Amino acid sequence: MNDFTYHAPTTLNEALAALGAEGAKVIAGGHSLLPVMKLNLAAPTDLVSLAGVPGLADIADGGDSVTVGAMCTHAQVAGSAIVQARIPALTAMADGIGDAQVRNAGTIGGSVAHNDPAADYPAACVALGATIVTDRREIHSDDFFQGMFMTPLEDDEVITAVRFPVPSRASYAKFANPASKYAIAGVMVAQGPAGVRVAVTGASGDGVFRVGEMEAALGESFSAEAVAGIAVSSDGMLSDTAAGAQYRAHLVAVMAKRAVAACG
Amino acid sequence: MSGNGTGIGASVKRKEDTRFLTGRGRYTDDINLPGQLYGHILRSPVAHADIGGIDTSAAMAAPGVHAVFTGKDMEGVGGIPTGWLIHSKDGSPMVEPAHPALALGKVRYVGDCVAIVVAETREQAKEAANLVDVDYRDLPAVASIEAAEANGAAQVFDEAPGNVCYDWEVGDRAATDAAFENAAHVVSIDVVNNRLVPNAIEPRAAIANFDPATSEYTLYTTSQNPHLVRLLLGAFVLGLPEHKLRIVAPDVGGGFGSKIPHYAEEAILTWTAGRLGRPVKWTCERIDAFKSDTHGRDHISTAKLALDADGKFLGLHVTTKANLGAYLSTFATCVPTYLYGILFAGPYTTPAVYCEVKSFFTNTVPVDALRGAGRPEATYLLERLVDKAAHELGMDRVEIRRKNFVREFPYQTPVALQYDQGDYDATLDLALDASDWAGFEARRAESAARGKLRGIGISTFIEACGIAPSAVVGSLGARAGLYESGSVRVHPTGSVSVFTGTHSHGQGHETTFAQIVSDMLGVDFDAVDVVHGDSAKIPFGMGTYGSRSLAVGGTAIYLAVEKVIEKGRKIAAHLLEASVEDIEFENGSFTVAGTDRSTSLGEVALTAYVPHNYPEGLEPGLEETAFYDPLNFTFPAGTHVAEVEVDPETGEVELVAVTGADDVGRVINPMIVAGQLHGGLAHGIGQALMEECVYQDDGQLATGSYLDYTMPRAADLPNFSINHNTTLCTHNPLGVKGVGEVGSIGIPPAVINAVIDALRPLGVNDMAMPATSQRVWQAIRQAQG
Repeated sequence: MNDFTYHAPTTLNEALAALGAEGAKVIAGGHSLLPVMKLNLAAPTDLVSLAGVPGLADIADGGDSVTVGAMCTHAQVAGSAIVQARIPALTAMADGIGDAQVRNAGTIGGSVAHNDPAADYPAACVALGATIVTDRREIHSDDFFQGMFMTPLEDDEVITAVRFPVPSRASYAKFANPASKYAIAGVMVAQGPAGVRVAVTGASGDGVFRVGEMEAALGESFSAEAVAGIAVSSDGMLSDTAAGAQYRAHLVAVMAKRAVAACG
Repeated sequence: MSGNGTGIGASVKRKEDTRFLTGRGRYTDDINLPGQLYGHILRSPVAHADIGGIDTSAAMAAPGVHAVFTGKDMEGVGGIPTGWLIHSKDGSPMVEPAHPALALGKVRYVGDCVAIVVAETREQAKEAANLVDVDYRDLPAVASIEAAEANGAAQVFDEAPGNVCYDWEVGDRAATDAAFENAAHVVSIDVVNNRLVPNAIEPRAAIANFDPATSEYTLYTTSQNPHLVRLLLGAFVLGLPEHKLRIVAPDVGGGFGSKIPHYAEEAILTWTAGRLGRPVKWTCERIDAFKSDTHGRDHISTAKLALDADGKFLGLHVTTKANLGAYLSTFATCVPTYLYGILFAGPYTTPAVYCEVKSFFTNTVPVDALRGAGRPEATYLLERLVDKAAHELGMDRVEIRRKNFVREFPYQTPVALQYDQGDYDATLDLALDASDWAGFEARRAESAARGKLRGIGISTFIEACGIAPSAVVGSLGARAGLYESGSVRVHPTGSVSVFTGTHSHGQGHETTFAQIVSDMLGVDFDAVDVVHGDSAKIPFGMGTYGSRSLAVGGTAIYLAVEKVIEKGRKIAAHLLEASVEDIEFENGSFTVAGTDRSTSLGEVALTAYVPHNYPEGLEPGLEETAFYDPLNFTFPAGTHVAEVEVDPETGEVELVAVTGADDVGRVINPMIVAGQLHGGLAHGIGQALMEECVYQDDGQLATGSYLDYTMPRAADLPNFSINHNTTLCTHNPLGVKGVGEVGSIGIPPAVINAVIDALRPLGVNDMAMPATSQRVWQAIRQAQG
C-alpha cells in the first residue's frame, strides 16, 4: 500500500476542499477501496473520510419516498424501522449483503459510488427508481449506473444520500457466490409509480441492467407465471469459476421468478 | 485407569483454551526479537520462465532496506529435500530434481520464491520488493495432469521426461487380472479427486536468529514437526549440526498437513539471519498462502471392480495419476503411494487388489499431505465404485457392503496392511439406526412435495493411522523413522512435566496427554503440564500428522510413566523396608501388598531428589524417557451417512443431515474427539461440496483468494450426529487408534453418493467433487437433453 494523507473533515465543505487535491479519493466504509489499495491496484495520494461529517447517516421518511444518508452502513439500513415499514425489500436486501463484518463497515454511498457489477444496491436503486443525491446535483439511477465501475460522478463529487420512491410492492432474490457472497444473479422486482421494474445485478459485465421483456409481461399480469417462460440471453454475461454465462442467465430467470413470487 | 473426573475417558475442558480464548496464545508472529528485521519473499508471478537476470539495485537503494538476496546468493546451499524415496515398477528410483530454496535460473510455479528483501519494517520490505527487476522469459506451462502428460508437453524438469516422477505399483497384478477373467460383473468408474488449498487459520510465519556468541541458530516457525524441520534444514540444507540449530514451533493455528513440510522460506530466513547477524522475521499474507502453502489431493483415477454373481468382490484394479506440483515437498511422494494404494482393501475382503500410480510434475504449487493424505482419495474412489456396483447390479447399497465386510481379525489385505481389530457391522448398524436410514423414503416424498430432490448416501471405510513401524517404512523408502519420544519428569514436590515429540496445533494434547499421565500416576490433572514444540526441550520427535500423536506419542508417554512407576517402586520398597516385588502402585500410592503400609508418589519423588535415605546403587531423580516404535498402523473405521436436498432449478445442494458412526479406539477425551470429528467432517464436506483449487491453463491460480475459493461456513453445515462403537487397538497399551482425519476421509463419498441418489430420478448417474450448484445444474440439464 502506498503512503497517503488521511483527511478527517468535520463539514461537507472541508471534505470537498480536501477532495480538490489531485489524486484524492473519498473513503466511506472503505470496504471496496482498502482491499484494492492493499493490492496496489489503487494508489490515492489523499483519502478524505466522510465519517466525521454530520448528517450523512440519517434515514428519513419523506412520505412517498425514503431517503437514506450516504454513510449509512448496510447494517443500519437493514435495522431501520423506517426502511422496514416502507420498503421491506430494501431491508431484506441490505441484510443479505456479504457477512456481518461487511454490513457493519460498508455503506450505501460507497457501494453506489463504486458500482461493482456484483453489488446488490445497484439493482435496488434501478428497480425502485432511486435518485442519487450529491453535494451538487441529483442523478436518477437510470443515468447513474453506466457500466462496470462507471458512474457520472466527478472526481471531487460526494454522494450525500439516496432517495428511494416507496413502491407498492417489491422483492429482491439473490443467488450469491458461495465464496464471496457477492451476487451471481441478484434480481430486484418492484412495482411503483413508474410501473414495474426488473433490475439485475451480478450477472452482466456491464453491471446492473433491466429486463424489458419481464417488465412488460409483469405489467400485463404481475405473477411468477408471467415471467416463468422468459429466458434471459447469456450474451454479455460474466463468467467465472462459480458460474459461467449460461448458468448466470438461467439463474437470472429463476431469481426473477422467485422475486416476483415473494412480492405476494 | 481410574476414569475419574479428569482421567482417561473424561470430557475435561482443554487446558490450552484459557490462553487461546483470552488472546494470550503465543504464535510465531507474536514473537519479536531485539533488533529484528523483516523479510519479504518476492514470488514468481508466472508459472514457468527462465530468469534472464535479476536487478536488485533499485530495491537495495529503497528506504530501510538492508539486503536483497536471490538464488545466485544462495547457490551452493543445499536444496530442499524430500522425505520419501519411491521406486517405479521397473525398480528405478523416482526422479528427484533439485529444489533450490530461492529459484535458480528458472521459476516453476506462480509463488516460487525468487528473492528475499530484508528491511527495517515489513512495509519497507514489501514496497522494495516491487523494485526488484526480474527478467522473466516465459516458457510454456503445464498446469494440470492432462497438460503434463500430453504429447510435446513442456518439461518442468529436463531430467523428468514426460514430467513423470515415478510410475509405482502395489498389489498382485496377475492375480487381479485373473480375478477379472472369472468375474460375473465388472463395474468401472472414472473419478477426479479435486485439488484443495489447506487454509489453516494462522498463515505460515518464521523468525530466524543467529547468536554469534554461541554460534547457535534459532528458528521459530509454524510447524507440525519441529524436529523434522531441524533434521531437514540442518542436515540437508544448511549443514548445521543439531546442537547449533534450535527449532521452536510455539502455538500453531492449525496445520492440516500444510505445516508438515520443511519449506524453502525456513531455509531462506535462517540463512539470511546468519548472513546479516540480525533476527529476520517473515509472516505470510493470506494471498501468498494460497500460492505457497502446499496444496492437497489432485488425482485422476480410473478403476474397475470384479464381482461374482452374488455381488462378492473378486478383484479391484486402480490406475491413478497424481499431481505433485513443481517440486517434491517433504511427504509429496508417499501420499499418493504408501498412504493411498495400500488402502484399497477398505473394509472389504476383496482377495486381489492392484493399484498403479503415475505421478507428475506440473507448474503448480507443490502438493503434500492434507488431512487424510491419500486415504481420502482412496476412500472416495472405493466408496463411489461400490455404490456404482450396487446400482449396476441392482443390489441394495447397504447389502453389498455387508456382503463383503472383513469379519475375522487379524486380517491380512492383499495390499500390505494387516488389520488388527474392527467391527464394521457394528458401526454400520449404528449409522443406519442413527440416520433413520429406513425412514428415508418418507423424507424423500416430503421433499418432493416441496419441489426438492432428496438423496441419501453412505460410505463404509477404514483408515490407517500412525504410520509405522520404522523398519517397514524404511524398507519402503521413508528417510526417517516413525517412532515417537515421550519424557515424564516428576518434580521433587510431585508435580509433573511431560515432554512429547508430537506437536499440538489444535489437537488438544496439553489436555489429553495430561489426562493420561494424571490418571496413571494418580496426581492432580492440574499438576501435569505438557511441553511440546521446542527441539531444545524435547529429546526427539517426529511430530504430528497422520493421526499419530495419541497412538504413537501417547504410547511413548505411557511407557515413560511405566518406567517412572517402576523406579518409584524401588524407592518405595526402600522406604517401606519391603521387597520391590511386593510393592503395588495405585491411585498415587505405593503399598506393600496385603498390608496398609504405603507411601505416596510425592514422598517417593522428594526422596528421589533428596536421597538421604535411598536405595544403594539407584540413581537419584525421577524422570524417564521412552521411545516407542509401533508394531503396526492403527485402523480406525466407521460408517458415514449424508442426506442432501437438491434444488433442481438452481442446482443448489443443501446438506440436511450428517451421521457418523466411528470406531476410533479408546477415547481419552470425548469432547475433544467430538471436536476432531466435527472439524474433519466440515473439511470433508468442504471438499465434497465447495472447495476446488483451479488453475488456468497458463498456470495462474484462478481461485487465489476467498473471493473465489469456497470454504465451508458454519451456516453451510447441519448438526452432526456423532456415534461411537469402540474396539481397542490390539498393539498399543492404551488401545487407541486416531481420530483427526476420520471426517475428511469418510464423509466425501457419502455426500456425493447422496447427491447422485437425489439426482438418479432425473437420469444423473455421476457427479464430480465439488458438487457445486453449477455442476449439479449442468448435470441435470445434460441428463434432460
